[in-house]
Amino acid sequence: MSTTHREVYSGIRATESVVHKQAKRLSVWREHAAGYLFLAPSLVLFAVFLFYPLIQSIYLSFHLTDPRGHVAAYVGFDNFTQLFASSAFWNSLGVTVKFTLLTVPAGIIAGLLLAAFTHTKLKGMSFFRFIFSLPVALSVSTSAIIWMMLYHPTTGTLNYFLSKLGADPVQWLIDPAWSLISISIMTVWMNSGFNYILLLSGLQGIGDDIRDSARIDGSGPVRTFFQILLPLLSPTVFFLTVVSVLNAFQSFGQIHILTKGGPAGSTEVFVYSIYKEAFVNYQFGTGSALALVLFLIILLLTWIQFRFVEKKVHYQ
Amino acid sequence: MTAARFIRSSIVYIILIVAAVMVLYPLAYTFLSSFMTPEESSAYPPKMLPSGLYLGTFQEVLELVPLGAFIGNSFVISLAIMGGQVLTASMAAYAFVYVTFRGRALLFAVVLSTMMIPWEITMIPNYLTIKSWEWLDRYPGLIVPFLASAFGIFLLRQFFLQLPRELFEAAKMDGCGHVRHFVRIVLPLSRPALASLAVYTFLNAWNMYLWPLLVTSSDTMRTVQIGISMLQFEEMTSWNLVLAGVTLVLLPSLLLLMLGLKQLVGGLTAGAIKG
Repeated sequence: MSTTHREVYSGIRATESVVHKQAKRLSVWREHAAGYLFLAPSLVLFAVFLFYPLIQSIYLSFHLTDPRGHVAAYVGFDNFTQLFASSAFWNSLGVTVKFTLLTVPAGIIAGLLLAAFTHTKLKGMSFFRFIFSLPVALSVSTSAIIWMMLYHPTTGTLNYFLSKLGADPVQWLIDPAWSLISISIMTVWMNSGFNYILLLSGLQGIGDDIRDSARIDGSGPVRTFFQILLPLLSPTVFFLTVVSVLNAFQSFGQIHILTKGGPAGSTEVFVYSIYKEAFVNYQFGTGSALALVLFLIILLLTWIQFRFVEKKVHYQ
Repeated sequence: MTAARFIRSSIVYIILIVAAVMVLYPLAYTFLSSFMTPEESSAYPPKMLPSGLYLGTFQEVLELVPLGAFIGNSFVISLAIMGGQVLTASMAAYAFVYVTFRGRALLFAVVLSTMMIPWEITMIPNYLTIKSWEWLDRYPGLIVPFLASAFGIFLLRQFFLQLPRELFEAAKMDGCGHVRHFVRIVLPLSRPALASLAVYTFLNAWNMYLWPLLVTSSDTMRTVQIGISMLQFEEMTSWNLVLAGVTLVLLPSLLLLMLGLKQLVGGLTAGAIKG
């Protein structure tokens, strides 16, 4: 009696544990499936529109293509050696670097000043904050067209104001010495809203108590800003620098609308060269080689910024 | 108020007013010019203010180019990209936060690394893909490549991580599955983050330039950004036509900014402050 009882009992326990194990395995399996199902839409889209094109770009950069995009011949590293031997490549790299140097520091310093001045308890600051945020709504094409009107050599109002001041008119977009500067002015204006919003919220995140205690200790507003607020703001400034450099290296719209890379290649930035090579000359192979070089440059720049600059950033 | 403080705040106001004029002038010039009659806008020396609210220019520009169709196209595309990105990103972020599955850490690293890939390197193959699927000059070609975003996944993941974990445990005890938990609990609680992502995505899609330039060729499929930049290539006698077009195009973005500035600020800064 007792033996049979025990046998039945252990039998029940055995089947129970098998059922339990199966159930557990099933629930683990279901958990895995749920994870992949929730991820599936994003992963499929990334695979088709990001990872496949990345590999395809590398593949195309070693080939010549016909105008319809079909691979015509394997050429090895020829596309790259031709690039590095051409003066147009080095010109567009130089133009892009110059454009970055003209727009990024100016944009960040202007944003910092405006954020610092409007982050005071003076009256009417919410009005100024709204004004300085406005450019964030601008697109590259509307901004470029507005400035095309302002820069117009005869009817543009900028030259009219210059003549009122007794200065000679400037050939903003036509003179190769001025064209990149003109595009940079327009770009700094267009990006000022984004920079301002980011830096102002960074300042607001620091909190009033630090400023108050600095004031009680007898620190003036200028000293407080440079010695206390700026170091605390450095994570935001660092983030903004990384994003701005990436943006500057990827600029296209304003150049396409205002100058088409001219005059004499003085505004031909990197992405414009890619566009011209692939979609004007229909050289998808060399266009891909150019795009690949841009990718490597951006990776290198971002790595340098994180490796060397971030060390100076003060995280709370 | 002491004299020193008065002088100091006066200097601040002067700097702010000069800066505000510099920021506003191009916009004010655009808006004011679009209300000018053709004679006023071509007068020399240039006039600063229109003599009245002349609306003929708006009418003329709407007759000259199908601006309404451009704006409609941009709306359809931006709304679809916005809805799609919010959906795919919230689903992926949910999986990364609430589901334990093999390869989670690796897949998250892969998603993050895609933020490093500049869009330009995928441009040529994507163009060829869209072309081979015969999606050129059609809505899917303008929408589908942008339906997933690593930035969106990252933003929402950071937000989901802040939600109280006890809610999830309690829902699980009650036998609530992942789908119900996602739809009934996580999404409603994440409304602020979803709104930030939505505003950010909408503005980005609305302002897209290079891709629509490549994949659209007919006037009926142009987005507003391409359509407006084509105004300047037309043979124009009066410039206020172009500026009236720009004004019409700017209005939706400015309205959205006034309504959604707070959301946008929250969205933009979430990434920055966390480093």
